Amino acid sequence: MSNTVIPLQRRKFAQTTRQDGWWIQPLAIFLGLSAFIVYANWAAFQGEHYHWGPYLSPFYSPELFGDSPHSMFGARPSWLPAWVSPALLILWAPAGFRLTCYYYRGAYYKSFWGDPPACAVGELRNGYRGENKLPLIMQNLHRYFLYLALIFLLVLAYDAWKGMWFKDAVTGEVSFGVGIGTLVLITNVCLLGGYTLGCHSLRHLVGGRLDEMSNSPVCQKAYSCVSCFNARHMLFAWLSLVWVAFSDVYIRLCSMGVLSDWRLF
Amino acid sequence: MATATFRIWRGNKEGGKFQDYTTEVSEGMVVLDAVLRIQAEKANDLAVRWNCKAGKCGSCSAEINGIPKLMCMTRLSELSLDLPVIIEPMQSFPSIKDLVTDVSWNFEVKKKIKKFSPRKADASDGTWRMAQNDVNRVQEFRKCIECFLCQNVCHVLRDHHLHNEFIGPRFFVYSANLEMNPLDTQDRLEQLKDTQGIGYCNITKCCTKVCPESITITDNAIIPLKERVADEFYDPLKKLIRLFRKKK
Ligand code: SF4
Ligand code: SF4
Ligand code: FES
Ligand code: FES
Repeated sequence: MSNTVIPLQRRKFAQTTRQDGWWIQPLAIFLGLSAFIVYANWAAFQGEHYHWGPYLSPFYSPELFGDSPHSMFGARPSWLPAWVSPALLILWAPAGFRLTCYYYRGAYYKSFWGDPPACAVGELRNGYRGENKLPLIMQNLHRYFLYLALIFLLVLAYDAWKGMWFKDAVTGEVSFGVGIGTLVLITNVCLLGGYTLGCHSLRHLVGGRLDEMSNSPVCQKAYSCVSCFNARHMLFAWLSLVWVAFSDVYIRLCSMGVLSDWRLF
Repeated sequence: MATATFRIWRGNKEGGKFQDYTTEVSEGMVVLDAVLRIQAEKANDLAVRWNCKAGKCGSCSAEINGIPKLMCMTRLSELSLDLPVIIEPMQSFPSIKDLVTDVSWNFEVKKKIKKFSPRKADASDGTWRMAQNDVNRVQEFRKCIECFLCQNVCHVLRDHHLHNEFIGPRFFVYSANLEMNPLDTQDRLEQLKDTQGIGYCNITKCCTKVCPESITITDNAIIPLKERVADEFYDPLKKLIRLFRKKK
């Protein structure tokens, strides 16, 4: 790069000549993400009321060890400290996926770090490392969280399927049915699908890495599919975030007896 | 005829101040019209750079009410004329005079990017064949008019002044255009990582928001380049695979 000294004035924190409400969006994102983080942490530490009937809260899925019928490897092993809920065993993966997601990165750098507070608005700090150095250079591992997220998507699809098989409390007979909870879980997997399948790393993996995609029609098709979701990545990021929390709330309230799940058929 | 007040920054690299000018405005006017009217009627020495008045030469970049925009493409009807309209030069480049800045740094940066190097010609007449689908992808990047509004808004240049370590969104678009070109054989990834500072971009998408050509700078140029850089330098699994392949 040309080693020229560019004589420029540095603007002060929040200094701008913008006349619009530039602070509204970052503030809304700050509040939205904070509310989610607080709720998700609270729910993850509860360790109870995370399943009801055939439904399993997405915060607790896959349930590796636990006392619900959804548990994959049986009851909790005795060596597992009591405070470690089944959610805490798995939530790091979807949390890492969202934390390293390109959309969320751009959003929380602004809302939580003020780097910058909004476009064309002065910053708080002088120094800046960006994603060029540790620790944020680690964001480049997003693709590994994507691989895990794709597995989680299959698990959640299976949960939605399981949410269609109701066990009769008296006879123990299992029959097909659809309750509001089933629809909640189906919507959850669809929205998460929209989010995960629009991932930038996936877009790169399925075709973006090639310069001549025309040589591989499958890649080309997959690339245009992912690009379609990718163009709505922010939308799906928010919808899926809200819905995953809502699914947990719904199942929790059913399990606590506050709500009764309405069986459509 | 209605009037409106324009608060225009007057000065040079030593400093300056805002000055208010009131002038007549009429339907269909753009900010550049108002500035040129002020220049003609009230401030003959007002420096403003413009050329095409059609959003195609990229000369009239400025900040209007704090938002980087082309003066010739900003209609007065988009703005509230109840308050003075603030017009100032781009903040990421040194001032020359009034609304004119010295953007020559950009031209120096461009020279350092590895040039297009096509593969051997596909046909005996020295021509190449490209599929339309492959061309479509890079076509978007070719719309750039080099207005440098994206460079101006990017906080890495604007607030952190990392001009010596970071080439800015305009040149990521330029590099993406070359890197994704099906004919090109050059590898620019190491340069992008080491000397051109792609890691400094924290994907805030401000560049995309201000681009008058609606180029999806962050999503279609920068992030795909970041992914390619990650493939090459930050993916341990890929590194391992490459190691095995080499050994074979
Ligand atoms: S997305 Fe990156 S290049 Fe664009 S303005 Fe933000 S930091 Fe700068
Ligand atoms: S990418 Fe857009 S904003 Fe940046 S210089 Fe080109 S036209 Fe201007
Ligand atoms: S970029 Fe958002 S999930 Fe990968
Ligand atoms: S005068 Fe050419 S872009 Fe505005």
